[in-house]
Amino acid sequence: MAKRVGIEVSLAIAEAAKLANVDVVSAYPITPQTHIVEHLAGLVADGELDAAFIPVESEHSAMSACLGASAVGARTFTASAGQGLELMHEVLYVASAMRLPMVMAVANRALSAPINIWGDHSDAMAVRDTGWIQIFAENGQQVVDNVLCSFRIAEDHRVLLPVMIHLDGFHLTHVIEPIYMPEQDEVDKFLPPPQYPLPLHPDKPLTMGAFGPPYIYTEMKKAQEANLTAAKEVILQCWQEFGSIFGRDYSPVEGYHSEQTKVLLLTMGSFSETAMEAIDKMRDDGKDVGLIRLRLWRPFPFAEIRQAVKNAEVLIVLDRAISFGGPGGPVCSEIRSALYNEDTRPKVIGFVGGLGGRDISVSGFEEIITRGIEIARTGSEQEFEMYGVRE
Amino acid sequence: MIDTTGLVEIRWHGRGGQGAVTSAELLAKAAIDEGKYAQAFPAFGAERRGAPVLAFNRINSREPIRIRAEVTEPDVVVVLDPGLLGVMDVTSGLKEKGVLIINTKRPRPDIATRFGDKWQLAVIDATRIARELLGVPIVNTTMLGALAKVTGVVRLESLSGPLRERFGRLAERNITAMKKAFEETVVKE
Repeated sequence: MAKRVGIEVSLAIAEAAKLANVDVVSAYPITPQTHIVEHLAGLVADGELDAAFIPVESEHSAMSACLGASAVGARTFTASAGQGLELMHEVLYVASAMRLPMVMAVANRALSAPINIWGDHSDAMAVRDTGWIQIFAENGQQVVDNVLCSFRIAEDHRVLLPVMIHLDGFHLTHVIEPIYMPEQDEVDKFLPPPQYPLPLHPDKPLTMGAFGPPYIYTEMKKAQEANLTAAKEVILQCWQEFGSIFGRDYSPVEGYHSEQTKVLLLTMGSFSETAMEAIDKMRDDGKDVGLIRLRLWRPFPFAEIRQAVKNAEVLIVLDRAISFGGPGGPVCSEIRSALYNEDTRPKVIGFVGGLGGRDISVSGFEEIITRGIEIARTGSEQEFEMYGVRE
Repeated sequence: MIDTTGLVEIRWHGRGGQGAVTSAELLAKAAIDEGKYAQAFPAFGAERRGAPVLAFNRINSREPIRIRAEVTEPDVVVVLDPGLLGVMDVTSGLKEKGVLIINTKRPRPDIATRFGDKWQLAVIDATRIARELLGVPIVNTTMLGALAKVTGVVRLESLSGPLRERFGRLAERNITAMKKAFEETVVKE
């Protein structure tokens, strides 16, 4: 039986990595990710986790050490956030292109300048094209569950790709809440030891990440794209199996009062839970509103999104990141693009908010929805609006 | 007493190093051990020793807590450091008939003249108890005793488990301080 414990979400992630019996952790501490790796370092130092903890001098080195560890077939875990994730950036592409199945928890944080240690999705969106699977969690339970699922997904021989689990910095990382921690034997059954098909080994030399001249590079990228797109099927299977064992179900797109609803709001991450409160309040007032929560960001769940919003007239998308000088938020522009060729589709209204740790309250979400409905009716001269700007 | 059947929101005021964040953490763990839903989190910032800090709790005995924003309209405010009363409005957003618990050596009527009867005011000389029993003026565990008495959001005995887990060999002294504060807290003369 799983134990229900009150635990800080960061510590629960580290405990989940321990349950997954990771072999190697290499990480560099950065707020708001620090407690995750601090706790893992403690577990290793205290002999509770039989793993190598490789301290490094930067995130670039952390990811590089993870490449090596994963390439020899070790179950590899790391965590980062904000500027740290950005410092890893170029190495992230290598991990996915070399098909290295590591798992990273990203404590979503804003990007400088000005220096801001608080949460938004700027870092997550900046790495969206690095070829990793990206899963967003709304609460501590979802993070813990998805650490376990992510290793299963990453190490599946049909996938062999690295996975990022995104959790909002502070809004999740620093919160103590009730979480069901699975038992070790349950996890062992769900997550057998890794069997990397072609590990680096001195007895059986091979080359990874070799030179890729023009005659082969395009084919490699085609293969990588096909591989990441096809991973969705494995993700769905994994979540289904996880649900049947542990009783908690996950899907790429989740609705909340969204069936046959005319006005939908779309959110990602922990703010989705606050948004649900706003939806309840507005529905109590007789308003026909619902919520769509996007959980799987890469591979992008085109079919599920189209299905989820097909009956809506207005779809309001909240981004916690901004593409400067562009169409607003990355989530909104991708959703617009996914719906553009559909015969019937809702009007898509974009908001950017919750930047750099700025809260959005229940009434804040009500304002966003009300304003979104107004824009859908009257139109707007702006591509998107920023919510909550003090002017 | 306040209504503890639904959502109860609590704001802790302290200074960096006094243990407001720990208080919130221990309270949430005690509530979760009782089978309730609870959150504890600090005001997310760059904390410094001595600077005013905030910590928050949400406790709900009925249903999971979904609100992730900071607590702006608390049902309960706990003030660990009386010096804060002069530098900030600790009652900001405090709901009408809400609970205000202050660590002070001044008698309750003195404090009551300042805050009127809009809120349920409770006072406790937690610093004296902490100095006596712990040897240091760190009042996080004593104030938990006061909170348990005034609000009933958790049972006093539920706090002992999380305190033992947190403080190890110092736990028993902290539990004694907490119980003493529970007894001494003055709600009304």
